[in-house]
Amino acid sequence: MIPTILFYAFAAVLLVAAIGVITSRNPVYSALYLVFAFVQSAVLWLLIEAEFLAITLVLVYVGAVMVLFLFVVMMLDINVEQLRQGFTKYLPLGVVVALVVVIEIANVVWFRSEGRAFVTPDPYPAGYSNTKELGSVLYTDHVYAFEIAAVLLLLAIVAAITLTMRRRPGLKQQDIAKQVAVSAKDRVRIVKVESAKE
Amino acid sequence: MVTVAHYLVLAAILFSLSVAGIFINRKNLILLLMCIELMLLAVNFNFIAFSRMLGDTLGQVFVFFILTVAAAEAAIGLAILVVLFRNTQSINVDELDSLKG
Repeated sequence: MIPTILFYAFAAVLLVAAIGVITSRNPVYSALYLVFAFVQSAVLWLLIEAEFLAITLVLVYVGAVMVLFLFVVMMLDINVEQLRQGFTKYLPLGVVVALVVVIEIANVVWFRSEGRAFVTPDPYPAGYSNTKELGSVLYTDHVYAFEIAAVLLLLAIVAAITLTMRRRPGLKQQDIAKQVAVSAKDRVRIVKVESAKE
Repeated sequence: MVTVAHYLVLAAILFSLSVAGIFINRKNLILLLMCIELMLLAVNFNFIAFSRMLGDTLGQVFVFFILTVAAAEAAIGLAILVVLFRNTQSINVDELDSLKG
């Protein structure tokens, strides 16, 4: 009984947060609503016993990706009013498309499942570790995919840095190699100055 | 009793909200990226619900990789966005027509 109440409560808050994301006037609010939605989803994943992924969602998304989003939103000087033109114009179309998708999927899940009940199996016993289970599959059967994912993250780091790095003209900076390679001969010049003649 | 069907319908509603978000925020590139993140979240809901129903960890492994790829996608997408804003002073999708496509 209590899990059901918790599910409906967190699902309702999740949907409110999602509506907040798509209707907020200010992109900063959208980003914060998205953070909220991710936290609610993490709780819902905990309820369905996917503990490791719930923690990963909070750590990776709320901790890294959404901070990146907030950083970019705050860094750019966006004209929000101009971007919101046509908001009400496209609203009916958006609502219609959303309703069609919901009705189709709900139809399949609730009415067309043909007796195949989408029931959740009994909860795992007390000593069950979701993390251990996931790790035992991830590091054996899917180890190549895991390594490719690691390389992909490295690629993303390199790509993001090379894309956004720029050299400003007129920037004063040290060139260490030149400083080390210099010798006294280049710096000191002994000039014989003739004495002034009367 | 919460069943997998509850999670599937919740994911469907979440997905369609993000589709609606893409339709109504079609000028703001940052919000489009956020809606894509929300879509990926809805897909992950489906994977986790079915993984629990079938008692197969493979679905959760897949969610793990989706999270990885989505993080990489967000990083590169935002980097492109920053470069774009630096060059054109705008992130309005309608103004990105320099290729005349």
